Amino acid sequence: MELLSGADMIARFLKDEGVERIYGYPGGAALHIYDALFRQDSVQHILVRHEQAATHAADGYARASGKPGVVLVTSGPGATNAVTGIATAYMDSIPMVVLCGQVASHLIGEDAFQETDIVGVTRPIVKHSFSIRHPSQIPEVLKKAFYLAATGRPGPVVVDIPKDMTAPTERYEYVYPKKVKIRSYNPVTRGHSGQIRKAVDMMLKARRPVFYTGGGVVTGGASEALTDLVQRLGFPITTTLMGIGGYPQGDRQSLGWLGMHGSYEANMAMHHADLIVAIGARFDDRVTNNTSKFCPTAKIVHVDIDPSSISKTVRADVPIVGAAGSVINEMISLVQEREATNAEALGEWWKSIESWRSEREGKLYEPSKPGEALKPQEVVEAVYRATRGEAFVTTDVGQHQMFAAQYYKFAKPNRFITSGGLGTMGFGFPAAMGVKLGYPQDDVVCFTGEGSFQMMMQELSTCKQFDVGVKIVNLNNGSLGMVRQWQDLNYKSRHAHSYMESLPDFAKLIEAYGFTAITVKTHEELAPALERAFADTNELVFLDIYVDPFEHVYPMQVPLGSMRDMLLSKTERT
Amino acid sequence: MRHIISILLENEPGALSRVVGLFSQRNFNIETLNVAPTEDPSLSRLTVTTVGDDRVIEQITKHLNKLIDVVKLVDLTEGNHIERELMLVKVKALGAARDEVKRTADIFRAQVVDVTPSVYTVQITGDAGKLDAFVQAMAPIGILEVARTGVSGIARGDKLLTL
Repeated sequence: MELLSGADMIARFLKDEGVERIYGYPGGAALHIYDALFRQDSVQHILVRHEQAATHAADGYARASGKPGVVLVTSGPGATNAVTGIATAYMDSIPMVVLCGQVASHLIGEDAFQETDIVGVTRPIVKHSFSIRHPSQIPEVLKKAFYLAATGRPGPVVVDIPKDMTAPTERYEYVYPKKVKIRSYNPVTRGHSGQIRKAVDMMLKARRPVFYTGGGVVTGGASEALTDLVQRLGFPITTTLMGIGGYPQGDRQSLGWLGMHGSYEANMAMHHADLIVAIGARFDDRVTNNTSKFCPTAKIVHVDIDPSSISKTVRADVPIVGAAGSVINEMISLVQEREATNAEALGEWWKSIESWRSEREGKLYEPSKPGEALKPQEVVEAVYRATRGEAFVTTDVGQHQMFAAQYYKFAKPNRFITSGGLGTMGFGFPAAMGVKLGYPQDDVVCFTGEGSFQMMMQELSTCKQFDVGVKIVNLNNGSLGMVRQWQDLNYKSRHAHSYMESLPDFAKLIEAYGFTAITVKTHEELAPALERAFADTNELVFLDIYVDPFEHVYPMQVPLGSMRDMLLSKTERT
Repeated sequence: MRHIISILLENEPGALSRVVGLFSQRNFNIETLNVAPTEDPSLSRLTVTTVGDDRVIEQITKHLNKLIDVVKLVDLTEGNHIERELMLVKVKALGAARDEVKRTADIFRAQVVDVTPSVYTVQITGDAGKLDAFVQAMAPIGILEVARTGVSGIARGDKLLTL
């Protein structure tokens, strides 16, 4: 029997749970825990410069690895600073455990110094939360937190730890709980066989089928199975922004991603489909556009691990509650033993799709000529080539995010790391940090813009302390590009506060931290700059790339329209 | 349509706020809410009446089931059930109205549980419709105050909401 203080239990538990790294920031209520971390060397603590960055870094790591990201913050402002990152993880169903210091139990409710009811504040943006009431509960509560965060539909779990729970003088028995049971929580795994059979029947008869898959395939580790199923059937597939990489994008059957800025062929195929097989996707408003005009001729099969995602915005004809991997594997074995698909109809379907594809081929954007400003799209394509398509790519939010998603072609899951649901500016850079710390051998690229980068640029200091060699590609258009695009389209180009008049000299700023910055202003400078930037995987390089400030992201769905109602350029629409 | 959802909830601090918060967060209605411990000290029973079409009610039950503190729930309106609410009403009882209050209470099988020279306090149980009717009947006489518990309910017959 081992007697440990609450603080030592936390440090010890993290080790026993196999956590290698946590991200955090100390403060009064968390100091016993920090002292316990100081006295061990199994768990590395990454000191960020703002708690929001701790959550994004943990989140980035979780998205890349599939394991829960772990955050440690103090009470009050430490915890409230983490809120945006918790909400980001919640919206994208990312496993995360956030340990928050809290004022001592006897002070709770008295408006004590640095007191916030963080369980209350975060209630709508967590999968669950716990308050520690006695130090002896710590091992079991932490085990439950990790179990909840990582199973079923993953999500963030907050653990509130009053300071007296971690007092060094109070010691209790510590045993690592290998398993926990929560009587009200039994996440489904297998889907209903009858429903799966019905879905496969429909798939084999379908004349114009489309797979529409989301983040559930990526977080569920079901990409390989999905690829197998899609290729056996020969159906086209489109993914959501969160589902990118769930199916190799270079493959002929991939139509790219769908929705507001999705590909022309993906949105056209969805609109004309007679069967949509949705797996691990949630019919988000950025996908469906106007739900009353959504896919008028399609029957819908909807596979999701979360029953509340099914028929939430769009009614499913065949709902299947189950884990993506298990359901897909069952579909594969049914497809194997059954008759073939409707080959003739599928052939016709592919002809339509190919014609949509060729309609837009070579018309997506106009590359710059020597002497002209670079186009943001071609910068992404150049980075794709420079990294052989193998980098981990994180993004912030805005035009650069959409360009990164459109022009970097992902062959693997867990490589495209973006705040899809919450759309959190400031996410990209700290997320890249978290990925790079977990995958030091790989190139990690953060596509960002001046607006987003300035929300989290203090993390340059963290990168300096821990030698984190990410590549930051700033697509500098001197404005909040996506806001400006909307203002161009909807507000007669009245650019209310989307123009940033006093941008810093980014190169000098980066150099102040001792890092390399390369400023690219012309077409000719791009190739040598990328070569220099990617010469050493472990060197932080900031590329400040001036791009055409007037470029818009297209296609863009027309508000309140159907999937196929899109602006295709500044002058064309469907 | 009006639904009565009964929930077995972990008797944990903050559990109730998760349920209530869910309703406001997702823009669902709460008409009445009633919560108390059960014979099992680890569980509370919560009964909520809400209004919505089938799609909304399906979302409500799915989201409630997702809450970790919700152990089990049932939509009582899906089957035969008993529904009761308790109400305490203070009514002006002066002169001729004194008899009228008593007579009306008797008709509704309500009981006068407290008396002053000018006020009767009446206790009545029944379904929500009966209580509404009683309030209507008393209104002309002069209602001073109303306290309702909100609906509690249980399924008829052998059907149980237990672990």
